[in-house]
Amino acid sequence: MKRIRALFLMPSAVLLGVFFAVPLIIIASYSLLTRGPYGGVAQPWTMENYLRLADPLYFTILLRSLVWAVAATLICIVMGVPLALFISRTGKRRNLYLALIVIPFWTSFLVRTYAWMFLLRDTGLINSGLLWLGVIQEPLPLLYNAFAVMLGLVTGYLPFLVLPVYATLERIDKSLVEAAADLGSRPLSTMFRVVIPLAMPGIRAGGVLVFVSCLGAYLTPDLMGGGKTIMIGNLIQNQFTSSRDWPFGAALSLLMMVAVTLMLLPVLRRKEEGLS
Amino acid sequence: MADGGTVLQLREVSKTYPGHTAVDNLSLEVPRGAFFSLVGPSGCGKTTTLRMIAGFDLPTSGAVLLNGKDIANLRPYERNVTTVFQSYALFPHLTARQNVEFGLRRRGARELDGPVKKVIELLQLAGKESRKPAQLSGGEKQRVALARALVVEPEILLLDEPLSALDPRLRLHVREELKSLQRRVGITFLMVTHDQEEALSLSDGLAVMHRGRMEQMGTPRELYANPATRFVASFLGLVNWMGGMGVRPEAMHLDNAPDGMPYRAAVIRSVTFLGNCIHVNVDLGDGVTAICEAPRDDKSYTPGQQTTVWWRPADEIRLPEDAL
Repeated sequence: MKRIRALFLMPSAVLLGVFFAVPLIIIASYSLLTRGPYGGVAQPWTMENYLRLADPLYFTILLRSLVWAVAATLICIVMGVPLALFISRTGKRRNLYLALIVIPFWTSFLVRTYAWMFLLRDTGLINSGLLWLGVIQEPLPLLYNAFAVMLGLVTGYLPFLVLPVYATLERIDKSLVEAAADLGSRPLSTMFRVVIPLAMPGIRAGGVLVFVSCLGAYLTPDLMGGGKTIMIGNLIQNQFTSSRDWPFGAALSLLMMVAVTLMLLPVLRRKEEGLS
Repeated sequence: MADGGTVLQLREVSKTYPGHTAVDNLSLEVPRGAFFSLVGPSGCGKTTTLRMIAGFDLPTSGAVLLNGKDIANLRPYERNVTTVFQSYALFPHLTARQNVEFGLRRRGARELDGPVKKVIELLQLAGKESRKPAQLSGGEKQRVALARALVVEPEILLLDEPLSALDPRLRLHVREELKSLQRRVGITFLMVTHDQEEALSLSDGLAVMHRGRMEQMGTPRELYANPATRFVASFLGLVNWMGGMGVRPEAMHLDNAPDGMPYRAAVIRSVTFLGNCIHVNVDLGDGVTAICEAPRDDKSYTPGQQTTVWWRPADEIRLPEDAL
């Protein structure tokens, strides 16, 4: 039995070992080296990159990114939980709605982002439509602002919340909902006192997925935000591209990883209670 | 044990699904304060009936009267009826006490401590209040489910196969507990079960259902001794059918018939040991066989032996349907 288990675990173990652990070690050692003249890294070993992190500028960027990621996660929860509830109760149409949630993943994230840009820009479908109808005289500022970034993050990562929440809702014993009604609980009260508490593992899992994805996002702030507000993802990207400062980029990456881990520790360590 | 009046009445209730009738024109009266059972094989419509009384399913036609008021189309939370679910359906995220308080809180009860304390004592749950359902034994879970449903003092308590999830050795004990609990609280209990022994031993009154229809309603003794249909007779216990009448194995005697008693010549085919008694399987000729119950220490029966079976005319089961 044990041998078979080891055999089947082997591919994942190798994959994670080679493509996760090894790059992590590389990043960690880069962060302790000096920048090379044309990118890359060079000797000698130094703590310089970590000392630079003390600059309040970087702290501000990290904090801003955290606030944005938390906000996007909360919006996804507020929108996604009712959506998952709706899908779990629609009976026959359920597969259709699930397909509609998943279909956006059939195209690349970049293509979806550009699609939004075509819709939102000054000469885009929405603005030109409203101008043609005479509803507005000047194009609305829909793109290259905070609204556009949040829209991009929420629409991009909403499925990561809906799917796990839907999965936990599906597992909830229907007789618990009946028992609540039987004891005098109205539907809204049943939702807040029985259904949502029991869906918490899914909400937590989905929330973590959305949060981590939003925190590391660099395409959406760059394209939808017009590069006006810099996020930690953009900052890291810049270090490896235009700034050609790989060691500092590596140090920033590790800082972000530590920040995420510390933030998620209480969420991940929370015991899944009473779900037999 | 009914202290007067009818608490629940079903009037010509039907529940149909496309291509299938689950409950067919069912009428039923449950006396106030009684322990009443709906009994029948799986698929007979008894659970659907229970769900219509609780409000989880709505009848296609007919009336469900609680204290004379039609509640057929009210939501579950609008009727003063509670249910003990087969799986207990305890809220896994709440403690035993929170489970018990749930109904009181939803009904806006002013006082929680008094009623909760009373029901916790009644069901011997003291000391388990802060446990989650996952930390309770099967019997404790059932007592929490009972406490949760009883604490709101429903007009009628519905029990869906309450003993089926328990260890068989525990069942007999819990059966007695359930009966004495009902006597103490005085609330009408309506139990659904497929186990005829449970129904006979617990109920003041019972209704036997078959294929969505009511076969017969009465006291356990009436139904056992004077079944109205062949189905009721066979469902409530073994019957040896001989021509137009039947005799139950325990009423069938295996020796020379006293004067004036009906008898048949028989050949013993086999003996089955059942623990508390033996069943002697006999051949009555013409392809008719019968089972006679005998004391377990009676070793005088050997296969192939010629004998006589006899019974008292009072023990004969004669069906109205055969008299036609």
